[in-house]
Amino acid sequence: MKNALEIINLNKTYRNGFEALKNINLEIESGDFFAFLGPNGAGKSTVIGIISSLVTISSGTVKVLGEDITDNPDWAKKNIGIVPQEYNLNQFIPIEETMLNVGGYFGITREVAHSRTYELFNQLGIWEKKDLTPRELSGGMKRRLMIARALIHKPNILILDEPTAGVDTELRLTMWDFFQEINKKGVTIILTTHYLEEAERLCKNLAIIHKGEIIQNSSMTDIYNMKKNKTYLVKSSDRITSDIKLDSFNVNMLDEYTIEITCENRFNISDIINELNKKSISVLNIINKRNQLEELFMELTNTGVSNDS
Amino acid sequence: MTADHIVAFKTIIRKEFLRFARIWIQTILPSVITMFLYITIFGNFIGDKIGSIKEFSYIEYIIPGLIIIPIITNSYMNVVGSFYSGRFQKSTEELLVSPVPNWIILVGYVSGGVLRALIVGFAVYVVTIFFIDIPIHNIPFVLFITVLTAFLFSIAGFINAAYAKSFDDINIVPTFVLNPLTYLGGTFYSIESLPQIWQDVSLFNPIAYIVSVFRYGFLGLEETSIYVSLTIIIVFIIILFKIGLIMLEKGIGIKN
Repeated sequence: MKNALEIINLNKTYRNGFEALKNINLEIESGDFFAFLGPNGAGKSTVIGIISSLVTISSGTVKVLGEDITDNPDWAKKNIGIVPQEYNLNQFIPIEETMLNVGGYFGITREVAHSRTYELFNQLGIWEKKDLTPRELSGGMKRRLMIARALIHKPNILILDEPTAGVDTELRLTMWDFFQEINKKGVTIILTTHYLEEAERLCKNLAIIHKGEIIQNSSMTDIYNMKKNKTYLVKSSDRITSDIKLDSFNVNMLDEYTIEITCENRFNISDIINELNKKSISVLNIINKRNQLEELFMELTNTGVSNDS
Repeated sequence: MTADHIVAFKTIIRKEFLRFARIWIQTILPSVITMFLYITIFGNFIGDKIGSIKEFSYIEYIIPGLIIIPIITNSYMNVVGSFYSGRFQKSTEELLVSPVPNWIILVGYVSGGVLRALIVGFAVYVVTIFFIDIPIHNIPFVLFITVLTAFLFSIAGFINAAYAKSFDDINIVPTFVLNPLTYLGGTFYSIESLPQIWQDVSLFNPIAYIVSVFRYGFLGLEETSIYVSLTIIIVFIIILFKIGLIMLEKGIGIKN
């Protein structure tokens, strides 16, 4: 099967001289749910802009399902759906009209576009809003509209550029289910996000871009195996009165009820709970201090991660 | 042109028509009111004092120019407003990420401008015939010139929209270029009545040829060579259309 996306020696230098991409190479298999991560300004949106024909290539090749996007841009455009990071909706026309127009640009008749709009809007819970303009929609509804719009022509590849930014938790979970459902149907999904737990939960493979270069490209499983240590926060139901020492674990008291435990990757949560029970500490709850992807991300990019990450 | 292209082309025209029809108070009505005022002032208050020009009453002489002015400004403003607004909201990206060929994007937007110009032109003509019995010498020719003129200024509007960096930029050309050229293009007077030097200067004003040839269609009065005028209009259309296409292909103003 052909790769959904193949990027070969891709470079981009903007007119102001800023070198946004430095010899990027990347392959994404068809059917993958791929996380494309990086700090702000790393080059993610430039790569997405190039794939979607909104940014010109300085040098290099991008292939969509085996076809060079420079030689055959229509092929790429027909096979890709884009959900951009910024709202790019016509603010003055009803959202159903937006769908029919975009369908029309892809050669879809109004009748067919109408039935697809009905289906997508119902799946995303915005059919009742079809006569409103984007100005009258909440941020979450606009996001859903942009997702529906990207799918009107049934693309094989869906590119999601921070699709859940500014979306409440409940809606985010609903959107995750929606993305997983369409991925199961064979649509390759490329996701950029600042919510690393989102990437960890949804994606099979990932690449991290930093300062215009790919610094990590692997499967999620490999990411988990890369970390030597992990850190948990443990909440006790009883007051912890003295310093605790545990074999094989580093313990740090945070307050009278909370301790931070760092251990090697080979240990699991039940090992920690057993050790604590031996010390007569009953565990109320235990959580990862930081998810593993987040730790790796910070190590690789040497950046702080924003609070929402 | 494939079936997909036809659907895309119809979609752009429909979108453009709905856009200006939805805001008809801003897009259609002002030209109608302006025409009413021109006829009232020049037809009733001033016209009789000026007398006649080349066997036509003053109001009859200026009516073709008064009709072509809104055709020029509306075709220009429709495309510059619509395309720049799309760029400003980034909604043009919907079109740019789709497989619509550049020439269809250009012709689609331009057709929207032509459509508005035709509607406005017809509306102001209807206002005219309420007050003045003005026969049209050659109806097909008038329609032909209307479409050519609207096409030309719609493309110009498109190029302006692609270059514009702010809403100020889309008003600079209409205010400082189009309006002077239009009012100095023989709309309100015969260029032959000017001193020789200003007649020579007027030869470099393309709108003077448009007004003249449009006047011929209405009154049968040939002030400049019809063939020269048509050639100038068509050459301008070809040049500007090519520039518009190159801009789209290179992504000037729309791609990074």
